Amino acid sequence: MKSSASSKAKPRSILPGFGISLGFTIFYLSVLVIIPLAGIFVKTSGMTPGQFWDTVASARVIASYKISFMTSFFAALINLVFGLLIAWVLVRYRFPGKKLVDSLIDLPFALPTAVAGIALTAIYAPNGWIGSLLEPLGIKVAFTPLGITLALIFIGLPFVVRTVQPVLQDLDNEVEEAAVMLGAFRLRTFRRIILPELIPPLLTGFALAFARGIGEYGSVVFISGNMPMKTEIAPLLIMTKLEQYDYKGATAIAMVMLIISFILLLLINYLQWRSNRRVITE
Amino acid sequence: MHIEVRNISKTFHGHKAVDNVSFSIERGKLIGLLGPSGGGKSTLLRILAGLETPDSGDIFINGKRVNDVQPQLRGIGFVFQNYALFKHMNVFDNIAFGLTIRKASKAEIKTRVGELLDLTGLRGFEHRYPHQLSGGQRQRVAFARALAPKPDLLLLDEPFAAIDAKVRKELRTWLKQLIGTLGITSIFVTHDQDEAVEVADEMLIVQKGRLEQQGSPVHIYTDPQTAFVAGFIGHSTVVEQPESLRGFGGSSLTAGAKALIRPEFVEVGREREIPFPSAAEKGKVRHIFFRGAHLELDVEVGSNRLSAHRSLDQEPLQPGDEVSVLIHRLYVISDESATIVENPLKVDPLPVHI
Repeated sequence: MKSSASSKAKPRSILPGFGISLGFTIFYLSVLVIIPLAGIFVKTSGMTPGQFWDTVASARVIASYKISFMTSFFAALINLVFGLLIAWVLVRYRFPGKKLVDSLIDLPFALPTAVAGIALTAIYAPNGWIGSLLEPLGIKVAFTPLGITLALIFIGLPFVVRTVQPVLQDLDNEVEEAAVMLGAFRLRTFRRIILPELIPPLLTGFALAFARGIGEYGSVVFISGNMPMKTEIAPLLIMTKLEQYDYKGATAIAMVMLIISFILLLLINYLQWRSNRRVITE
Repeated sequence: MHIEVRNISKTFHGHKAVDNVSFSIERGKLIGLLGPSGGGKSTLLRILAGLETPDSGDIFINGKRVNDVQPQLRGIGFVFQNYALFKHMNVFDNIAFGLTIRKASKAEIKTRVGELLDLTGLRGFEHRYPHQLSGGQRQRVAFARALAPKPDLLLLDEPFAAIDAKVRKELRTWLKQLIGTLGITSIFVTHDQDEAVEVADEMLIVQKGRLEQQGSPVHIYTDPQTAFVAGFIGHSTVVEQPESLRGFGGSSLTAGAKALIRPEFVEVGREREIPFPSAAEKGKVRHIFFRGAHLELDVEVGSNRLSAHRSLDQEPLQPGDEVSVLIHRLYVISDESATIVENPLKVDPLPVHI
């Protein structure tokens, strides 16, 4: 506590270029992020509060929010678990074709999302390869929220893997051996020693996958079927409004999404900051 | 015997890391495992701990063969070179880890951790995280953590390597006392012979995976059994032609053998300072180095270069001075063995009895 007080009082950083680099950062963020996003608020402010409320709180819009946030959340959650598993396998074991698997991870980034959406729909539709196998079991994937989640899992796959991988790589083998020598078997070593160190990257990966899922449009529109109240995501609703030349309505929906996303990301960042504080390396 | 190791071997990718090593250790002894870097010391320690499996050989602890006992169940405490503390746990939780695994009660854990905090002088730091501690403090947390479950055997892998010189000296004195008080059998690995000599009750000298010699520091110092030990311990100078040195010609020396001479075996001074002038020969001072508490002289005797110590209180010598050199003894080394040879001329030619 004492040391943090003295470091705050540090007179000047010895690293050069603070002024110019911070100036550039702010300028860059303004041009690319803040000003365009502020435009949404400006556009929306043309509405009366009544109009705004009617647009944003209509049953169809509320339903689309729910679908967007729920599917993104579950997709990110599933990516959290399996992303960790994939990162673990890629870091801890050697096997033939490892490099190939490693590069497969990034493919969802490179693929146009519409292509992913069409491919997933073709496979999971009731007459598709996997869809036709699941149909008799009563599981419908395409044109349900499950299908949306699937598309979002596909899109968000690389995030958790790529954030966890380097941290897992850098973990000190001796720390695990220390746990072993103190009597901890594998599961406990993983749970008490390895997992706590992975929480910050897991949270980062989760936040990225979640944010990506909320904004995703291209791959979802094909597999969701876009049924109002059931499988209509918020970004699609915004597109629909735009096509009807209801620009204000579109920005109003976007604004609410933006605010909710921002709050959620802030929350995740806070959690991450808290867990990070304890795992600082010297 | 507490620990008994029989014919342990371990090969990594065709490289013999441990080569047919056998030794036994009495209960309560503090053992220094000494040898050059990459000589297989750490591998040997890890085999004892169960972190590596030997290719052949047996390990007995308290007469029980433990080769197939998992490391978690061997009852061994291990202190790692870089401490390997759990970064996300504070000092208390780090020390308590082994106890929580054993499902000790909260009160029990609190008492035991409290004991160790007092023992290691870490009282008041229990809520700090490892990154908020100095190197010496981290090392002590690592000791406390390893000692908490009351292990039967404590293994330390280069425990002082990452600590600066002054703290290291304090820590090793502290460790020796601590282990003495607890009476726990301990083995520590080091490549620093001063450390081993100072701390250990008994030393094991390991080189190229082989055990060269086992014994007390004094024993190993005065009676090295192999050429390697004779050269490794102390600051020896190799003499290529010992037969040309006065007193060592002919005698038991086989022609062509080499010898090792330690600085403390050589006395250098003006002729009147030397007790047995007849056994001494002429030499020339080449260099003088100030070594803090004493001077180190580099002396040329015939074709040989010898190193000797001289007190700061004695009459000062200058480089280029002609001096008398008395060699008290040397080690003759052949391929494997080392034999001590005393200077045969070192008898008073005219004994006067008063």
